[in-house]
Amino acid sequence: MGLLDTKTGNGRIVISKVDDLLNWARLSSLWPMGFGLACCAIEMMATNASHYDLDRMGVFPRPSPRQSDVMIVAGTVTFKMADRVRRLYEQMPEPRYVISMGSCSNCGGPYWEHGYHVVKGVDRVIPVDVYVPGCPPRPEALIGGIIKLQEKIRNESLLIPAMPKESPRS
Amino acid sequence: MKIDEIKSIIEEKFPNAIVQSELEVTQPYLELGREALHEICLFLKEDKRLHFDFLSCLSGVDYGEKEGQLGVVYHLYSLIHEHGLVLKCKISREPGAESLPSVSGIWKAADWHEREAFDMVGIRFEGHPDHRRILLPEDWEGHPLRKDYEEAEAYHGIKIKY
Repeated sequence: MGLLDTKTGNGRIVISKVDDLLNWARLSSLWPMGFGLACCAIEMMATNASHYDLDRMGVFPRPSPRQSDVMIVAGTVTFKMADRVRRLYEQMPEPRYVISMGSCSNCGGPYWEHGYHVVKGVDRVIPVDVYVPGCPPRPEALIGGIIKLQEKIRNESLLIPAMPKESPRS
Repeated sequence: MKIDEIKSIIEEKFPNAIVQSELEVTQPYLELGREALHEICLFLKEDKRLHFDFLSCLSGVDYGEKEGQLGVVYHLYSLIHEHGLVLKCKISREPGAESLPSVSGIWKAADWHEREAFDMVGIRFEGHPDHRRILLPEDWEGHPLRKDYEEAEAYHGIKIKY
């Protein structure tokens, strides 16, 4: 068989933390929501296609936000689109993640000064976990962003609830 | 057909309709008054000698507060005779006065172009079948390609400025 044989020996038992098991499962099948906004989407599609083959990392675009774990915001977010982006994010089940791909969705990109119609960073609309720089980022950079997100998930715990950032004072 | 021939055909049918013209440039143009615009456009399409059956482009222009004018530029082409024509029409920039007759009944292509000119520059087109914004959201305030356009603070709670 290979790997599992050598790890488990004859007892066929793996000892692990539940958190590690859950996180391993979650980070090995990050399903992004299949939508693109501008030229970054072309690079994202190239990353999904056979040459870079994101499927080997368990990344496989879904047609519905309700089946998705991560939203890759690939492109320029206009104010008209911002309402839709927020709505789609709210339709995703938790735990959910956001990768902001490219300069436009990071900070407004080339439209930062005169772009009356461009949101100066998608983090003004929804919380972002990983920012991928570039205009547009190469597929390697997007893969780097996904690995970064996997690192983040690996260190999370679903069993211990996250501490509130500021404890309420009486 | 040469531009001066086209001009003389129009002048023959509509004396005094051409306000100004510039024929010695790469794209010669005729500037028309607002009143006869629709009638002339219909004539340009239906006259067999001219036969401008194709509206290549329709653009809205803001000439600035100094000149106090808005304008629309029509690029026409005849697919049969293979000749082109540029028409211009200027209107006042005063609020309430910025309207022109729609040519979308003559050339279907004008429908979306006029909606864009309305969306970006704020020119109204009388008689347009579907007079709405085309690019910006319905509840957007102002027309962004106006020279005096100023960004709002926020749109739906999202800050606009960098």
